[in-house]
Amino acid sequence: MAEQIIFYILAAIIAVFSILAVTSKRIIRSATYLLFVLLATAGLYLLLGYNYLFAVQVAVYAGGVMVLFIFAILLTNRPGADVKSELAVRRVVAGITALAGVAFCAHIIYYNVNKVMVTVAQSELTPQQIGHTMLGTDKYQYLMPFEAISILLLACIIGAIMIARKR
Amino acid sequence: MELITNFLSGSVQIEAYLGLSLIMFFAGIYGFLSRKSLLMILISIELMLNAADINFVVFNRYLYPGHLEGFYFTLFTIAIAACETAVAIAIIINIYRNLNSVEVGNLDEMKE
Repeated sequence: MAEQIIFYILAAIIAVFSILAVTSKRIIRSATYLLFVLLATAGLYLLLGYNYLFAVQVAVYAGGVMVLFIFAILLTNRPGADVKSELAVRRVVAGITALAGVAFCAHIIYYNVNKVMVTVAQSELTPQQIGHTMLGTDKYQYLMPFEAISILLLACIIGAIMIARKR
Repeated sequence: MELITNFLSGSVQIEAYLGLSLIMFFAGIYGFLSRKSLLMILISIELMLNAADINFVVFNRYLYPGHLEGFYFTLFTIAIAACETAVAIAIIINIYRNLNSVEVGNLDEMKE
């Protein structure tokens, strides 16, 4: 009961704000709506029982990525410059494409996903379990992707500095 | 009243989560196709990635409880999305410095 109510509140927040985020005229408002969407998604992870993902989502997405966005918006928007509105044709075509996609996928979900799915009780995910899975080399353990991500992060740091520095 | 309590009893069905991420994903598609600012396109991409993340976690939780594949896929997706955003924003700031605009229509050369 409580789970359902919380889910529908979060779902309403996500649906409304994700649509507002892509239709809003001012870009800084779009970024704020995106922040709300990301936080509500973190709430969904908590509702599903993945506390670690909740923490990662809040710290990385709602913290780091949003700060990057807001910096970029403030650096690239001249104050006083008027917002150019998009062509109506472009918006209509995009809207039709999106609605067609929603209809198609909703049809697939409605007719093909089993309706009586219920959550199976799952034991609490402990930090030990997460750490062993992340840093193990057996089957279903993920040391290799973990190292690949660390190399990727290093490459991104170097790349971002190389691209953005003043010459 | 009884209808509402019947509707709200039990746990959330998997379709509810899938429908939610569907709305989020196609909001991202709409923004990607209709907006002209590079930053808005990046925000749309973030929305789409986030919808995919929700799907991974929900499939993991509902279909394979006890396993952690979807969980780790989401974790790595979040890290890759952060990398991608950092590089993209560096490129956008560079473009703004060279061309004084971040509209995709004006973007036909990378060097001045």
